[in-house]
Amino acid sequence: MSSPAQVKVQLHAVAHARAGDKGNRLNVCVMPYDAKAYEALSRQLTPERVQAAYAHRGATAVTRYDLPWLPAFNFVIDNVLEGGVNGSLNLDGHGKSNSFILLSLWVEVPSEFLKFSA
Amino acid sequence: MASLGCFRVGNASGFSGDRVDAAAPVVDTLIELGGPSALFFETLAERTVALAQLEKRKNPERGYEPMLERLLEPILLKCLRHGITLIGNFGAANPPAAARVIARLAKRLGESHVRIAVVQGDDVQDLNLNEHTVYEADAGLDMAAGELIAANAYLSAQPIVQALKAGAQVVVTGRTGDPSLALAPLMHHFGWSMDDWQKLAVGATAGHLLECGAQITGGYFEDPGYKDVPDPANVGFPIAEVHADGRLFITKALRTGGLVTPETVKEQLLYEIHDPAHYITPDVVLDLTSVRVDQVGVDRVQIQGMRGKPAPSTVKVTACFDGGWLGEGEISYAGPNCVARARRAAEVLRQRVAQRKLPVSLRIDLIGLASVHDGDAGTLWQRSSAQPQDVRVRLAASSALQDDAEQAAREVLALYCCGPAGGGGVRWRTTQRIRTQSYLIDPGLLKVSYSLHTALEWLA
Repeated sequence: MSSPAQVKVQLHAVAHARAGDKGNRLNVCVMPYDAKAYEALSRQLTPERVQAAYAHRGATAVTRYDLPWLPAFNFVIDNVLEGGVNGSLNLDGHGKSNSFILLSLWVEVPSEFLKFSA
Repeated sequence: MASLGCFRVGNASGFSGDRVDAAAPVVDTLIELGGPSALFFETLAERTVALAQLEKRKNPERGYEPMLERLLEPILLKCLRHGITLIGNFGAANPPAAARVIARLAKRLGESHVRIAVVQGDDVQDLNLNEHTVYEADAGLDMAAGELIAANAYLSAQPIVQALKAGAQVVVTGRTGDPSLALAPLMHHFGWSMDDWQKLAVGATAGHLLECGAQITGGYFEDPGYKDVPDPANVGFPIAEVHADGRLFITKALRTGGLVTPETVKEQLLYEIHDPAHYITPDVVLDLTSVRVDQVGVDRVQIQGMRGKPAPSTVKVTACFDGGWLGEGEISYAGPNCVARARRAAEVLRQRVAQRKLPVSLRIDLIGLASVHDGDAGTLWQRSSAQPQDVRVRLAASSALQDDAEQAAREVLALYCCGPAGGGGVRWRTTQRIRTQSYLIDPGLLKVSYSLHTALEWLA
């Protein structure tokens, strides 16, 4: 077999996610639908890229925790909630909708890892 | 049959505001499956207790979960008759008042002798919190300056276990570690000691997975075409099945909507977690880095590999302060050229607030172009070239004084006669804001106790 065709897709096609808040800090966990996509995502979802995706929200640091058994990544994003639910002027002060900012990132993966083939 | 073998813990509420009819299918399932079990309600988000304190100031018999009676009435009798222990942090700022509500309900239903326990000691408004360490996740926040409204310690499972040992059938708490609400009946049933970290890790993981209710059974999960959820209008609430040997399974109420799969479990496992090697609960520190989840039946997932480390040496206290006021106003524009009219309205609002020198922090959204994902500067909507048929302009203004926030919000109202053509559907309001700050304190400073009485005694 030749190596499978790579496709460029939004992370949303390959993984699901959920966001939670504590103060001015957001965590977003990201789980590939297909565990085999974990390695490819691990190379591409760097803390730097994730911080850039939240730059317009004021993110100052991103820590990535890896959970290869699940598999999953947990991103902890600092100072991204513009004061958090206590002080934010955002409609979504908790940042609950912000998992979908991360799922908007573009990634390159073998097409077999897509949740649904195009 | 299953004497010590297996214990089930159901959850019927993940926050104050959750579905009020979630409990009945869980209770019916616990009865149908047989064996010992407990049901818990988690109704206290970080700021809920402060809102409850404000209620209590207005009326000393209020300040508990407002839906309490509605939550318990459909299931109280069934639980008492089948020996299902009820536990909830629905006492909020006033656990004794909540106990009296439950006592009145029980009496009305003919169960005057039900034994109701109240756990107290979480309220630490009397401590001088400035002497204590600020919790690390809050270090970047402004130091709270407003009046203190509430300060509550996250109590452990211990006082609940003691109340259960003393024969409580219903346990009412205020602030308690959310996972502790589920861990307590497990510790009581299996006789786990408070330093059996591995067993406590199993129970605390079960509690963490259950504490947000349907968030593990298909709630807050559906993404049509990607993650489909059957009958979300009747999503079933979760049940943890814990075995004496430490095996843990998550399932849900029978004949309900929703689903339990590795995907639903993983999303909740990492919800509001920072370092998965070090998730702190009052009873045990969890290491989740080696957890595995496996589908072992329909709507049945096994969770294994969690490890327990000794409980933290400090107790987390969350204090809530007066955080000033938020004013909000919204107006809609639709049809031809609506985006241009909405952009013009946004400009006018900014100019009006500046011209009147209102001392507010201001944000404007163009809902339909970009809002919840945008920053306060509005970069996303200003850049957007989208041409939706319907745009809603939203102004948000925060300020120390209610009047300033209100005057800013009323500028949206004034657009009716002074703004661009065709604006409609104005809504505006002001809301008191609560600012939280967490601290770590010495557990020796807490005076935790429980009181246990029958319904009749609570009403005496």
